[in-house]
Amino acid sequence: MVPTRELLPTAEPLSLLRKDGSPVEDSPLAMPDDDVLLELHRRMVVGRRFDTQATALTKQGRLAVYPSSRGQEACEVGSVLALREQDWLFPTYRDCVALVTRGVDPAETLTLLQGGWHLGYDPYEHRVGPQCTPLATNTLHAVGFAHAARLKGEDTAALVLVGDGATSEGDTHEALNFAGVWKAPVVFLVQNNGYAISVPMSKQNAAPSLAHKGIGYGVPSVLVDGNDAAAVYAVVKEAVEAGGPTLIEAITYRIEAHTNADDATRYRTSDEVAAWLDRDPVDRVEAYLTARGLLTPERRAAVAAEAEEFAAGVRAALNTDHEHDPMSLFEHVYATPTRHLREQAAILAEELA
Amino acid sequence: MTAVSMAGALNRALADALAEDPTVLVFGEDVGALGGVFRVTDGLEARFGSTRVFDTPLAESGIVGTAIGMAMNGLRPVVEMQFDAFAYPAFEQITSHLAKLRNRTRGRVSLPVVIRVPYGGGIGGVEHHCDSSEAYYTHTPGLTVVTPGTPDDAYRLLRDAIASPDPVIFMEPKRRYWSKGEVTSDPIPMNRALIRRPGKDVTLIAYGPMVATALETAEAATEEGWDVEVVDLRSLAPFDDETVCASVRRTGRAVVVHEASGFGGYGAEVAARVTERCFHHLHAPVLRVTGWDIPYPPPKLEEHHLPNVDRILDAIARLQWDDEVVEVRGA
Ligand SMILES: Cc1ncc(C[n+]2csc(CCOP(=O)(O)OP(=O)(O)O)c2C)c(N)n1
Ligand SMILES: [Mg+2]
Repeated sequence: MVPTRELLPTAEPLSLLRKDGSPVEDSPLAMPDDDVLLELHRRMVVGRRFDTQATALTKQGRLAVYPSSRGQEACEVGSVLALREQDWLFPTYRDCVALVTRGVDPAETLTLLQGGWHLGYDPYEHRVGPQCTPLATNTLHAVGFAHAARLKGEDTAALVLVGDGATSEGDTHEALNFAGVWKAPVVFLVQNNGYAISVPMSKQNAAPSLAHKGIGYGVPSVLVDGNDAAAVYAVVKEAVEAGGPTLIEAITYRIEAHTNADDATRYRTSDEVAAWLDRDPVDRVEAYLTARGLLTPERRAAVAAEAEEFAAGVRAALNTDHEHDPMSLFEHVYATPTRHLREQAAILAEELA
Repeated sequence: MTAVSMAGALNRALADALAEDPTVLVFGEDVGALGGVFRVTDGLEARFGSTRVFDTPLAESGIVGTAIGMAMNGLRPVVEMQFDAFAYPAFEQITSHLAKLRNRTRGRVSLPVVIRVPYGGGIGGVEHHCDSSEAYYTHTPGLTVVTPGTPDDAYRLLRDAIASPDPVIFMEPKRRYWSKGEVTSDPIPMNRALIRRPGKDVTLIAYGPMVATALETAEAATEEGWDVEVVDLRSLAPFDDETVCASVRRTGRAVVVHEASGFGGYGAEVAARVTERCFHHLHAPVLRVTGWDIPYPPPKLEEHHLPNVDRILDAIARLQWDDEVVEVRGA
């Protein structure tokens, strides 16, 4: 633990890359190595392609609903790549791109939204907690998990993702407080994308920033440009290495509507969206790497081809109709099926016969 | 063997579990130095150290939510809710996550968490300290809900709850914390009801704080010439249809007793299950004796709310002994 980490965030978001891709000279953050930057770019391109593919599949009726994270790739990818193998990720419904970046199979990632089951992946396989839809509830799971690791003498950090709206929920505050008291190795990354469905920041919060809330819990806090993948990577990495809790607010924007079922024109203007399109997180890294001569046309084409291939795989998996066994409804309610559920299962089996 | 209080039996169960299994943790509000407001965790922090037995910040959702994370990471948390009504802030974590994660993850995530909830009235407590909240939990698939009626069962059920791979809501009848009995630890499966007193005329179905009241009623009923059987459910979810129905088929009459309000309550489920399964053996409708459908009353009035011997005897008297039509009252 570094005892001198600041409890209050900076007034301006920390950054490494300006929106045109030029580097920020006097940034207190360490610019990630070139290979990391190239990897950030590659995974953001693939992640975005996955996201647009999922949105398309929703329009085709293959997914019941899809909450897009288009525009938030710097957070989704930058934070996950900053994790070590042994660390855990505790995501929300918004974070499918973070999941596939962590290595979760894309079809298993989308099982929940496709409607075949409530969760498709094994949390222990890639150390990814179950995606949580009840807002902010995952913050406490992350704190408990990280505290348990500490008790077991393991060097494991937990990264928990929450939205700006979710910071108003009690669980966020309980989690920050528990993490502060227990000095649990948890990184809280708030993706402030400006809205909780339709409700803007101004109706959610009266503090100078969401990151300011850390000081009340003794949790060091950081404000970062959430469309700057290099900066997000740097602050999350530093927070993981610091060992205790950190609250990071990343300023970003949700380019798509809340979900495909939402009509964003009812609460925001197209000018506002256009201004954020101008600060695109993928373009920014691309411009920097191209100017440095690191992102060659060949590599760029290869990344684009990989993204297409990834999307084709998602299409193939999601366009396949799966049998959903009604009898599986009664499985895994308890470790051992109760007599009561066995009786109900028998009734359903008779109906199906 | 010497008699021990229910609180003492619970304390012994926690201590034995902590001693036997290094993954067991005990935490909650005031469970450390104080030993809990009911002293159930007395001496445990001193004996096992404050990494295994500890006070948490004062936040129930935080306690249960972090317990979920700890269980995901291989530990077995046993957490204390200070009083029934103060567990409500944890309701979302319990119903949306604790109860569901095994199912959501198709068995990949097991959450062996025990939530101890002191519940019920009869102690002269002021508001928010006397709720009978069991039905909120029994209505939630994925939860196991158990409640002891004796010190012996308090020890046994708590050991079984801690050993269970599933989350268990462990409801402790606080008015019986000081009742005494022997702890035998005879193995009886956690999901089985027990016949506490055999009888041939009528089955009284009770649990937790009402087991003692039902036994008292059975004694009083002998004066009226009724031979009352008392079934202690022990496990509210899952429900032991077998033991309960076998008893009712023998006696042909049944009364369900609980402190909680009757409307939409646990007794309604019991009455329905018994009626569905034992209809042709019944000489009378299954009656319920429960608390009124009112917010829990202030201490000076609680005696008018809680089921007691007279009210239960009155219900027994209405069970069509002389082929009269049964008067359903209050329910
Ligand atoms: C406890 C709870 N209340 C309400 C909802 C319904 N809901 C789903 S997403 C959402 C907005 C969340 O906004 P934010 O936290 O900013 O995350 P974002 O969707 O912008 O990523 C709401 C109100 C919910 N999922 N959980
Ligand atoms: Mg938001």
